[in-house]
Amino acid sequence: MSEPLLRVNNLVKNFSIRGGWFSRMHESVHAVNQVSFEIDKGETLGLVGESGCGKSTTGRCILRLIEPTSGEVWFEGKNVTALDRASLRALCRDMQIIFQDPYASLNPRMTVGAIIGEALVIHHLAKTREEFEDRVVQLLETVGLHADHMRRYPHEFSGGQRQRIGIARALAVSPKLIVCDEPVSALDVSIQAQVINLLEDLQQQFGLTYIFIAHDLAVVAHISTRVAVMYLGKIVELATARDLYTTPLHPYTEALLSAVPIPEPKAKRKRIVLQGDVPSPIRPPSGCQFHTRCPIRKLPLCATEAPLLRESSKGHWVACHLRG
Amino acid sequence: MAGSTHALPTASVKAGTIGRTKHVSAGLEAWRRFRRHRLAVVSAVILTLMVLAVALGPLLWQVPINDIDFTARLKGPSWSHPFGTDDLGQDLLARMLYGGRISLAVGLAAMSVAIVVGTVVGAVAGISRGSVDAGLMWVTDLFLALPQLPLLLLIIYLFRDSLKVLVGPEFGVFILIVAVIGAFRWMPVARLVRAQFFSLREKEFVEAARALGATTPRLVVRHILPNSLGPVIVAGTIDVANAIIAESTLSFLGLGFPPDIPTWGRILFDAKDYLDFAPHWALFPGAAIFLTVLTINFIGDGLRDTLDPRKVM
Repeated sequence: MSEPLLRVNNLVKNFSIRGGWFSRMHESVHAVNQVSFEIDKGETLGLVGESGCGKSTTGRCILRLIEPTSGEVWFEGKNVTALDRASLRALCRDMQIIFQDPYASLNPRMTVGAIIGEALVIHHLAKTREEFEDRVVQLLETVGLHADHMRRYPHEFSGGQRQRIGIARALAVSPKLIVCDEPVSALDVSIQAQVINLLEDLQQQFGLTYIFIAHDLAVVAHISTRVAVMYLGKIVELATARDLYTTPLHPYTEALLSAVPIPEPKAKRKRIVLQGDVPSPIRPPSGCQFHTRCPIRKLPLCATEAPLLRESSKGHWVACHLRG
Repeated sequence: MAGSTHALPTASVKAGTIGRTKHVSAGLEAWRRFRRHRLAVVSAVILTLMVLAVALGPLLWQVPINDIDFTARLKGPSWSHPFGTDDLGQDLLARMLYGGRISLAVGLAAMSVAIVVGTVVGAVAGISRGSVDAGLMWVTDLFLALPQLPLLLLIIYLFRDSLKVLVGPEFGVFILIVAVIGAFRWMPVARLVRAQFFSLREKEFVEAARALGATTPRLVVRHILPNSLGPVIVAGTIDVANAIIAESTLSFLGLGFPPDIPTWGRILFDAKDYLDFAPHWALFPGAAIFLTVLTINFIGDGLRDTLDPRKVM
């Protein structure tokens, strides 16, 4: 197999928390802990997990919107984590991001045309005013909006339309990889479907690669080719979407899947309810991070030794002592 | 699930050239929005009239400001003296028209100084975390803690004469007073701007611009600053009032303009001992200051709403 489009090696991000004035404690939140994965061109990697498990931080570290503490990100053979400012700016043309909240992600004082066209100005992609407007109109229509929307302001649009504007902004630089940071979780269900279809159409049209961050497993199953499940900053399972949903290996994945609602009131199924809360990422548990809540744990092994992510069958990776 | 992209790429190009609306210039649009704000428009008219009056009034009302007439001491408004006279029988209308130039100019100029300095300090502190921020806030706190009057005394004592030589007596004092008042009024603005920057800098639209490769100056100028100006405009309009009052305090202490220049604050201070027998003496300059401050406040409100596209107007 050729070189993947994106390779993430042992990515770590710790946020340090300052104690009080006189305390000498230096604690840190282990948001992302030794995450590694690869993405091929044209693929969609779903990243799921509950709130606070480091999904978004991982996505932002790849774009270096957040500086990773350690680890490497390789994009098309370039080490992103070692780039200087100028080359990083150039890299913005290849990697883009779509945000979760369509209300917070658009500057309320700029017209839609100015928002979408900002990248054209920054990277000098349009030489004349005409060229600029043509490109903005083309982008608007690509995402299903109208040309005369470009003179309006974001507050005049609905949530779904705003999300389309956010998508158009990301497309303006013709990127190769887009990190979708929960792009539909703030939208109504009917609008979610539209936006997801739009993302799929765009993927086909422009050969895009997505990292799709979400906590809605049904959405992720629909759009992803492969899915990574994260728990407390670590990937616990990584497999093709079909494998993951039919034969989940990690007990955490099982529990997650059992919580997905089935749109059929009479359907009976086994519901796995995990005990307790997610442990604090400031002091993650020893050994396997999931051992405090795991229904199949085997002490003392699980509490002392951290399981490595290993390939149990072709393309199906799992981090568990007991499964796989 | 249908209809996610409802325009085919081929059809869209045609629609794009036809569907484009006429370009309305930003200035015209802002004017249209400002006109809807009735109080602001009325205030703008009144303030303009006041500025015109002090600018052109002395040419029309040609009574000398220092013409002493003891037969007409402390007279109320009449046809020969529309605003009445003071304890030396000097015509108050003439004095106010003359002094208003200085009061208005000092108020507006000092406000501009305070806002510009405050915004720059607040913006730099707000965008650069760490030692620069800490240092600038330390300076801000220092200025807030300084005893202002003794320092004013010192500054004016040290620099008045050298400035007089450089640019002439009146303009020298003007520069000095504007600088001094501005230098002691920028701190609240700086704090305000810094706080706004702190909250705005974490917003997703700023992050989006960073992801597009925007430089830090671009982030500040295009994204953060325009969204932080609302409270600054309001604070600025209040500063005009403070500056006019501060100027009169300085004049009162003999540190501002010479006592024979009747700024509004000066007239007010002179009038305070005669409030019982000649209330008109204090009422007219008081009303002038009041009107100035009020109108500038309303104009500030109008401007803030005009510049905020979210407000439906």
